[in-house]
Amino acid sequence: MALYKNGSFVEDTWRFLAAEDDVPSDGAIVLGKARFLAEREALAGRNAPLGIIIEPGEGLAGIEADIHRFALVVLPFPKYTDGRAYSLARMLREEHGYRGELRASGNVLRDQVRFMWRCGIDALEVTHAGTIAALQAGAVSPVTHHYQPAGLEAVEHRLAGARPWLRRAAAHP
Amino acid sequence: MYRYDEFDRRFVAERVAEFRDQVARRLSGELTEDEFRPLRLMNGVYLQLHAYMLRIAIPYGSLNATKLRRLARIARTYDRGFGHFTTRQNLQFNWIRLEDVPAILGELAEVEMHAIQTSGNCIRNVSADHFSGAAADEVADPRVYAEILRQWSSLHPEFSFLPRKFKIAVTAAEHDRAAIQVHDIGLHVKRGEAGEIGFSVYVGGGLGRTPMVAKKVRDFLPEAELLSYCEAILRVYNLYGRRDNKYKARIKILLHEAGVDEIARQIEEEYEQVRRRGVLLLPREEIDRIAAYFAPPAFEELPARSVTLERAKALDAGLAEFVARNVTTHKVPGYASVTISLKAIGAPPGDASAEQMEAVAAIAEAYAHDEVRVSHEQNLVLPHVRLDDLPVVYAALQKADLATPNAGYITDIIACPGLDYCSLANARSIPVAQRIAERFGDPARQREIGDLKIKISGCINACGHHHVGHIGILGVDRKGEEFYQITLGGSGDEMCSIGEIVGKGFSSEEVVDAVETIVDTYLKLRQGPGETFLAAFRRLGEAPFREALYADAG
Repeated sequence: MALYKNGSFVEDTWRFLAAEDDVPSDGAIVLGKARFLAEREALAGRNAPLGIIIEPGEGLAGIEADIHRFALVVLPFPKYTDGRAYSLARMLREEHGYRGELRASGNVLRDQVRFMWRCGIDALEVTHAGTIAALQAGAVSPVTHHYQPAGLEAVEHRLAGARPWLRRAAAHP
Repeated sequence: MYRYDEFDRRFVAERVAEFRDQVARRLSGELTEDEFRPLRLMNGVYLQLHAYMLRIAIPYGSLNATKLRRLARIARTYDRGFGHFTTRQNLQFNWIRLEDVPAILGELAEVEMHAIQTSGNCIRNVSADHFSGAAADEVADPRVYAEILRQWSSLHPEFSFLPRKFKIAVTAAEHDRAAIQVHDIGLHVKRGEAGEIGFSVYVGGGLGRTPMVAKKVRDFLPEAELLSYCEAILRVYNLYGRRDNKYKARIKILLHEAGVDEIARQIEEEYEQVRRRGVLLLPREEIDRIAAYFAPPAFEELPARSVTLERAKALDAGLAEFVARNVTTHKVPGYASVTISLKAIGAPPGDASAEQMEAVAAIAEAYAHDEVRVSHEQNLVLPHVRLDDLPVVYAALQKADLATPNAGYITDIIACPGLDYCSLANARSIPVAQRIAERFGDPARQREIGDLKIKISGCINACGHHHVGHIGILGVDRKGEEFYQITLGGSGDEMCSIGEIVGKGFSSEEVVDAVETIVDTYLKLRQGPGETFLAAFRRLGEAPFREALYADAG
């Protein structure tokens, strides 16, 4: 597995906590949504970066007020035909103002990467060899003209004088 | 007609480049068929029984001569010289080589066409009333809104991997010719008390295995809020639509299981969020900018009655018959809309040869302000023709074998491609349609029967819309044999209803006789020629038809 972020493959500094692991007192850790909810009070006193994994079926219910606490949200794509996480990504960015790292994991294929970026995802955990090669070569989707506003102004921008729903892709995140 | 600007051209060019690369990766083996399938589907490429099929988007069924000629050229160069117009107002080619698809997409892009989202689990081609811009009963031109929706839904990053396909239709008339109540979203363009435009919004209609009539979730959505509201509907569906069973994945099932009130509540809640952000609100001047593309052509001031036409009709019974059946009143005096039937007796419904497409292109240029429409009933329409020109248009259509005067008659049958082409089908559709058309082909007999819509599907997926046929025919497989189930009383218009199964199915040999029995029963029981089949069925119920069909069987 490789982590792609800010235009290159980087070391993952986050620790994904296994079910049997206790929460360490320091270091950046990532928990599943169920465990976060179960240990929410205990985690409140912890003074180190916290990340959460939100499975597509779990949604954002119950953590709306906690979103500002996370420095990482991981959205798994169990199958790349399961598009629920695209909606979750946009809701996190646009409705909840989430500005931390938003990471796609699972079945991440190059033909979806543009959609992911546009919905506000800015980090990709990739296992597919063809996708890794495409990201390295900068050969993701060539489509840079978009018909709808989505995601963040850093990813795409409005065109002066054009239909207001049109967007042009900016640099890759 | 909408025209591409530089942005639109670059978008389609980029998309062609992307698909070219995807095809190359599939052919080189980098992509498995499983990985490639959703990608090719999003671009209209199906693997059929015998070959690849390419479905080309015709937004809200709008064509001109240039586009039609290009489709003819593609039919001749890459297919077997004909194409098939579909119930989604699209065109499909059934004999395509995958290797040729990028080149075909390149040819389409040159005439501002593409195949984006003609299949796959995404927002499909937005359809609209085929008489848009010509119908006397429309309050606005629905194509304006269909075009705005087309743009917004094109490669939408959030809604390209929905639970299932998603279809939107727009009508702007009380008489619904776009079948909006059997769509995932149906929009009825209306005017409010102050004359302002808005939409009644229907959600959760659909045919397929579980036919359902849509429910109204908004009575009057302000015009500016069209995209915001649709985005909210799609988000609720994307998040909560079922993904465990593809036969229960359409939004109609979500609505049915959760209840319309609950889903409407979720939509409104999400809508508040989208609206607050404000980016999708449609400014007045932008709607006007799109509407300008659909400005009516320069109509002449003409008398409502054409002496030329009346004289020609008096001399030519064929023309009179054609005008009586295939010509529709226009909003401007002295003009009419002409339906070009693609249902010649004995021919596959919806098929047109390259030569026929070119003939229609020439007629459209000469006599119809260069506009052609595809109707969801698999016919073509010339929306704006001068009454004075009808005799010469009729003669030109006759020369191209396109003057069958049967629009809306029993032989104007919708049929899916069926087992002759489709890998999903259980039974053939086209030969049944051909045999019914031959049985009832006599013009006097059709005239006597009047309005009667027969719709045929070769399997339960209902691509032939049999549920909303006045007489619906569904092909099923019974121990390896083709059988046909008959439903009665369906209708896709503003009085939308799902047909009821009348009894046990009929073999391929029996099915045409069964249709004839139904028709004879209607003729015997109707309260005069003014009572259509559907009206008679609604009055009588299915009992007399069932009795006539099954009396002998005991």
